[in-house]
Amino acid sequence: MVPPAAPPPTAAPRTASEPSPLEAAQTGVWLAIGTICMSFAALTSAMVVRQGAAPDWRHFQLPHILYANTLVLLTSSGTLEWSRRRIAAVPVGTASLVPGLEGLSGVYLTLALGLLFVTGQVIAWRQLAAQGLFLATAPSSAFFYVFTALHGLHVVGGLAALLYVLRRLRRMAGPVPRVALRAAALYWHFMGALWLYLLVILATRV
Amino acid sequence: MTQTTAHHHAPPRGFLRTHVFSLDHKVIGKQYLDLALVAVCTGMALSWLMRLHLAWPETPIPGLGKLAPTGAAGGVITPEYYLQLMTMHGTIMVFFVLTTAPFAGFGNYFLPIQVGAEDMAFPRINMMSFWVTLVAFLVLIASFFVGDGPALSGWTAYAPLSAVGKDAGPGQGVGQTLWAVSITLFCVAQLLGSLNFITTTLDLRTKGMSLARMPFSTWAWFITSVIGLIAFAVLMPACILLILDRVAGTSFFIPAGLVISDRLQPHAGGSPLLWQHLFWFFGHPEVYIAILPGFGIVSHILPVFARKPLLGPRVMIGCLIAIAFLSYTVWGHHMFLSGMNPFSATLFSVPTLVITIPATIVTLLWIGTIYGAKLRFTTPALFCLGFVSVFVSGGISGFFLAQPSIDTYLHGTYFVVGHFHFVMGVAAMFGIFAATYFWAPKMFGRMMSETLGKWHFWLTFIGVYCVFMPMHYLGLAGNVRRYSAFTDDYLKPMIPLHQFITIAALFTGAAQLIFLFNLVRTRLRGPKAPSNPWEATTLEWSTTSPPPFDNFGGRPPVVHHGPNEYGATGAGGDYVMQASLPSAGPA
Amino acid sequence: MGKLFAVVVTIITLVSTAIFASHIWWLPVDISAHGHAIDRQLTETMVTSGVLFVLSQLALAVFAWRYGDRRDGRAVKTFPGGAAPMVVFATLLVGAEILALTFVGSKVWAGIYQSPAGPNALEIDVQAEQFAFYFRYAGADGRFGAVHPERIDEASGNFLGLDPANDTTARDDIVVPTLAVPVNRPILLTMRAKDVNHAFYVPELRIQQDVVPGLVIPLHFTATDTGKHEIVCTQLCGLGHYNMRAYIEVMSQAQFDQWLKERAAEQ
Repeated sequence: MVPPAAPPPTAAPRTASEPSPLEAAQTGVWLAIGTICMSFAALTSAMVVRQGAAPDWRHFQLPHILYANTLVLLTSSGTLEWSRRRIAAVPVGTASLVPGLEGLSGVYLTLALGLLFVTGQVIAWRQLAAQGLFLATAPSSAFFYVFTALHGLHVVGGLAALLYVLRRLRRMAGPVPRVALRAAALYWHFMGALWLYLLVILATRV
Repeated sequence: MTQTTAHHHAPPRGFLRTHVFSLDHKVIGKQYLDLALVAVCTGMALSWLMRLHLAWPETPIPGLGKLAPTGAAGGVITPEYYLQLMTMHGTIMVFFVLTTAPFAGFGNYFLPIQVGAEDMAFPRINMMSFWVTLVAFLVLIASFFVGDGPALSGWTAYAPLSAVGKDAGPGQGVGQTLWAVSITLFCVAQLLGSLNFITTTLDLRTKGMSLARMPFSTWAWFITSVIGLIAFAVLMPACILLILDRVAGTSFFIPAGLVISDRLQPHAGGSPLLWQHLFWFFGHPEVYIAILPGFGIVSHILPVFARKPLLGPRVMIGCLIAIAFLSYTVWGHHMFLSGMNPFSATLFSVPTLVITIPATIVTLLWIGTIYGAKLRFTTPALFCLGFVSVFVSGGISGFFLAQPSIDTYLHGTYFVVGHFHFVMGVAAMFGIFAATYFWAPKMFGRMMSETLGKWHFWLTFIGVYCVFMPMHYLGLAGNVRRYSAFTDDYLKPMIPLHQFITIAALFTGAAQLIFLFNLVRTRLRGPKAPSNPWEATTLEWSTTSPPPFDNFGGRPPVVHHGPNEYGATGAGGDYVMQASLPSAGPA
Repeated sequence: MGKLFAVVVTIITLVSTAIFASHIWWLPVDISAHGHAIDRQLTETMVTSGVLFVLSQLALAVFAWRYGDRRDGRAVKTFPGGAAPMVVFATLLVGAEILALTFVGSKVWAGIYQSPAGPNALEIDVQAEQFAFYFRYAGADGRFGAVHPERIDEASGNFLGLDPANDTTARDDIVVPTLAVPVNRPILLTMRAKDVNHAFYVPELRIQQDVVPGLVIPLHFTATDTGKHEIVCTQLCGLGHYNMRAYIEVMSQAQFDQWLKERAAEQ
């Protein structure tokens, strides 16, 4: 057997890479989206199985405020996307952003709408409780509370992320905070999409 | 590096920031390893108590009466305390040792270095992951000190036993709730960790480090993180639902009409099988999370000491990916006899058996790598060879259990206990040992004692076979598992074999003291290690031992070679480092 | 060191294989109609995996013995054919074995768990609870009374929560802690759990089944030899799990009829 010679020097292969650290935040959020989807998928199948396991489901009407909350959340996605594009249009290297003119106001508005959404969800809970529907009342109400609570917790996390990004943007609108804003926006839009999904399954099953 | 690097952070100042609340992945990795060390000592001590009780159930264990006056009055373990020890043993070992050490520990330390990065993509989230894991561990340990002690439903926590609350008996009050809270926290920490690993692998590889040139250990950590991202995402809501059943009166897992401790339970409509499906959908990928880093570590280390490339590098990676993918399709093989539709059993057994194929291939690739090698029998090499042997033993017993018709007889017996201990308790542990001996020079800047290492290996290798091979014989004789005592007529004749196992277990446990002593002495006074004591190719050996704060002293490496270039002939040596110049011959 | 490794691995392999082959610890005698198929499947698996086990451990040993670094400057050798033989072997041979075992095994499995009990099956109701098994025979009317968990009263021996006062079908039910069955007759168990998961396991019958709260699970078998054997619980059910057992007594049809008459009188 011929002994192997020294391996030939490798020219830059087709898959040679450069580090792309600015992509990291976006990658991280996509992964977070994937894992959150998986959690809600598990809960969805738990709901389907539970509904079929016993005849005690007990359907009820979703509080109407949920639909208003949906509009609020979707609007907040719109405002965030608007401000993200405005800020992205500002040339890099601008020392700081003038609040209100370059899109920061959109971020403030998004925050406010996000808070409004969470408040609206809490009101929905109070309305259900007033009807006598609590966590342990029926499997349908149990899943309603679990789904909306977990989604709401993730929304609050998104609000915290937006606050953090806002603080950095106000200090310096360099490439790093813009990347963070893009990632936070992606997460926020996902919160909206996830809510739409939850609304559909709750409306059709609960 | 310009300010564009999202992850760049300044060197820490002060003791707390440097050694406790550190953002440095190397410190965090060592913190995880130290946590795993405490956990494994705890888990092993629990197993000694269990084995002593099984072999000599009436004999008081010295000192235990003082430590556990309720569970072991007079030093004799009660049936419930045995089950509590067993539950904690399994939970601690699976989560805080086998998921923490090979993955969170070594992965955190070496993945960024092996891809040529300065740190993980999200250092603050990385630090948070460790502290959440530590809190999870403390919450779990706290269950020893509450009410009537820890949970006793096993690490699998089947409902309704785990879901109904304190009516179900000792440990099923606060202890079980703490278990569920601990695991929920652990899931959060793991998910954040996976985020970091995957993002770092995708986005922070240095120039020239294509995916194809990544070391096998990096590939294994990367694939393991992907598995974890999906698996832990399912366990977390399952534990939340379990907590709600316990404290909020819901009935996700509890059906109607249960009479426990003479009390009719107020729950109705839930499904015990739902818990099992959710748990095992996580649980099976979890055992691959436990072993895959070991596959990567062995594939990484074996060529170094064989002085030749790993056989079939692309096939190896392909098999790791295939195993990861298949791991999601087999969970029902834990549930053949669970009461689910029996046709599902046949469905699940097919991918379970099919996993044998890539598992066989990787084993043959390791054996084929040794063929024609120039083996250097260092301690890490011995543990790699030992890994192959014990993985064969453990894998083959899986082949029996994968067939439902055979599982009809072997389910719930010691055959299963022997199987999973070989693949997890032994093979995965051997991976951890190999990694420790191999990377200690890099992590601590000091060489471990080879003499002590070899003693540790031989005593452990022989010891584990004496402990776990006999369990297969017990299983074939129908010896049921999770029994705190053997009072059945047909089990009494097995007790001598149990006593043999106990003695072997105590002996093997004692041998681990050699490892502990070696580890501590090395960290304090071991001889200084050069940058590349093993003449290995990958990037961690291109930097100092230990590496500087930012891994490469401000000069990120440029990669021109793959990780597998061993066995070359030339005047200088027989390997080419990844960071060598393109035209470089052997280093 | 390599030679030592080879010797140790070889000894371990030969000793453990010998113990398996010698059947020092082995399955008990099979007394079920379906058991021989399981035993045959087990033996086949044991032989195939035994061969694989011995060959791979010995290959590991031989290579560790031969391929130590003797510092003689020789070059390393690649395995002939590279990785291809490994892939081919695993895919074809292991693949074929898997196909064969699945094909045969699924039939064995279906015969036990996916088929109805034989004709003239004797139906026996089983309740598993912390920490005992109770068996119920239908009595003269051939029908089982309904069970009511809220009526369960251990003290008065109403383990199943029957309501004989209002339920005529329950009046002649015979509830006992021992499972007596006539030999060579199909038996159909319908199994329920009172509190948590349990399981029903008789090694000699080659039969096992989890008993799950909220479900009624059927299990059938035919015992082919008389004798008394233990029924044990294999699903962790609490502190008494290790002690949860009953006995199955297989007897002639005549003896069984007599036994049932005596039990009925005791109710």
